[in-house]
Amino acid sequence: MQPLLFPDAIAPSLLLIFGALLLPLFHGRVHQVWRLALPLLALILFLRMPAGDHWVYPLLDHPLVLGRIDALSRVFGIIFSIMAFIGVVYALKVDDNVQHVAGLVYAGGALGVTLAGDWLSLYLFWEVMAVASTFLILARRTRRSRRAAVRYILVHVCGGLALLAGIVLLLEAGADPAVGRLRLDSLPAALIFLGVAVNAAVPPLHAWLQDAYPEATVAGAVFLSAFTTKSAVYVMARTFAGTEALIWLGAIMTILPVFYAEVENDIRRVLSYSLMNQVGFMLCGIGIGTELALNGAVSHAFCHILYKSLLFMSAGAVLHVTGKITCTDIGGLHRTMPITCALCVVGAASISAFPLFSGFVSKSMIISAAGINHLGAIWLMLQFASAGVIAHAGIKVPFFTFFGHDAGLKAEEPPLNMLIAMGMAAFGCIFIGVYPQPLYALLPYPVDYVPYTGSHVVGQLQLLLFAIFAFYLLLKSGYYPSEVRAINLDADWFYRKGGAGFYRIVDRGLNGLNRWCDRFLAQATARAAARFAAEGPARIAAAAVRLFGGPRSVKRAFDTGTVGLGVHAAVAALFMVLIYLIA
Amino acid sequence: MKKPVVFFDNPGNIRRLTLGFFAALALLLVAEWFIHAHAHFAWEEMPFFSAAFGFVACVAVIFTAKALRRVLGRRETYYETDNDG
Repeated sequence: MQPLLFPDAIAPSLLLIFGALLLPLFHGRVHQVWRLALPLLALILFLRMPAGDHWVYPLLDHPLVLGRIDALSRVFGIIFSIMAFIGVVYALKVDDNVQHVAGLVYAGGALGVTLAGDWLSLYLFWEVMAVASTFLILARRTRRSRRAAVRYILVHVCGGLALLAGIVLLLEAGADPAVGRLRLDSLPAALIFLGVAVNAAVPPLHAWLQDAYPEATVAGAVFLSAFTTKSAVYVMARTFAGTEALIWLGAIMTILPVFYAEVENDIRRVLSYSLMNQVGFMLCGIGIGTELALNGAVSHAFCHILYKSLLFMSAGAVLHVTGKITCTDIGGLHRTMPITCALCVVGAASISAFPLFSGFVSKSMIISAAGINHLGAIWLMLQFASAGVIAHAGIKVPFFTFFGHDAGLKAEEPPLNMLIAMGMAAFGCIFIGVYPQPLYALLPYPVDYVPYTGSHVVGQLQLLLFAIFAFYLLLKSGYYPSEVRAINLDADWFYRKGGAGFYRIVDRGLNGLNRWCDRFLAQATARAAARFAAEGPARIAAAAVRLFGGPRSVKRAFDTGTVGLGVHAAVAALFMVLIYLIA
Repeated sequence: MKKPVVFFDNPGNIRRLTLGFFAALALLLVAEWFIHAHAHFAWEEMPFFSAAFGFVACVAVIFTAKALRRVLGRRETYYETDNDG
């Protein structure tokens, strides 16, 4: 490492984390400029740092590598920095230091995971992310958000412990401390896989996402949508590329949430299910593991961060302005929020992978890779899920928010900074969709893939437009499921209801045992001991007096219980001496 | 009658959009004859495969979702009435 001038002197992850911790010292304009500057400095670092290991700090005999820059970590670092910047712009006018500090520390944690060259520093930043992100849920300051945040952190602590156990076992076995390719055939690798799978929301470990994200603050959900799952995708790409289990887990993950999303009432929960579906495409690509599939997974993560944050920002704008975000409470907002509506439609078109929008140029790589590798069932599952995406994220989200029945809500466009943040993400979605070459140039492997061929475009448009046609017919004929105020059970039932059941069992079982012990051992024994302490010495002394004789007056004193306290002490001392002698 | 200011409130605009959408559907079916497909699977060679697949998949998703809701749907306060964490 050469001697470097600021800001090269500090790793981007630590720059964001320590920079964020200084925020409470600033006020007004300086506060805003500082927040905007941190992710921009990180972005500059990612663009100009040469490949190699930077910011290496010795810890005992184990060097912490805080900056391993190669093609894979650079592309994730760039999009995480861009996303942190967009998030800061979106949250610029939020008057809550908790959210500002937590958001930037969380983003710094994600950069730390991305740049970590060794397992130990990866784990440290992994936990920084878990803790900081929890505050973005807590900061909503409602009873529901507090409860959701507690469940969220408990799930992530469990995932983090699995990761830590895997790392410790791996290092104990003398493996290379550098984060690298693992085979899923040993306990340490399986534990690491499990820990990363929790953050990637792999079913059945996914429900924390749909449970917690919709309860986060308006700006918090935007940060959350970007970092936890995508940093897990990054770690999967680095360690488990080509693992066959991921092909199937990813494909299942694309399909399972589309059903839930279709009948979910809370728009931000629809988007959370849709997030899981999109991460499924990425994991499937990582599982396929060819250069094309990995390029597809990485570019899809890049595009996804932009359009998913755009969708969360537009839903957040509606929540910010109207205070409501469930299908049953909103609708018809295109009249009062036309710009937000148009930006949301850009996000919807991008996630649906319409040609000329970003999802098309990345997702088609993954599906093509499944085709080239003759994975017929997987190919069909991914295409099925793609039709599902257009139904929920492509149509349902914009339709029920901005069209549909007019709920008659008083609304207006959100503040300018929120519109600018959405505009930046929307620009990215269209720019990448129209001109994907700059993104392709960032990918870990050389790209010779051409997204815009006649058969790709026509096939994709047929799939999407005829899915919309089906949606249209079902809506017109009344077969489309009506919006109702309801929830649908998911895997979190097991720890929410199961947790309550476990609590009752423990309450009856262990607390019953506790009560029994209390009654028979503690209370009864204590009573017996107290009685013995009160009367025992007198009785022993009286027995001794009776046995060995003594003055009548002493005898009477014992018999009537009028003996002084000193006798008790004397007998107790005698007792101790006896014990000492015997022992 | 004064024309509504908002684009989507004008029934004429909605009609034009709907007609444009149907025209696009027809155009896509026709376009298939003019493009060279490079299929990976036999089923992709079927005429109008993508269109039929998209249509059927969307219907399947929506009906499965309705069935799922019948089984797993609960009232909004389902978790709040109990002592869940």
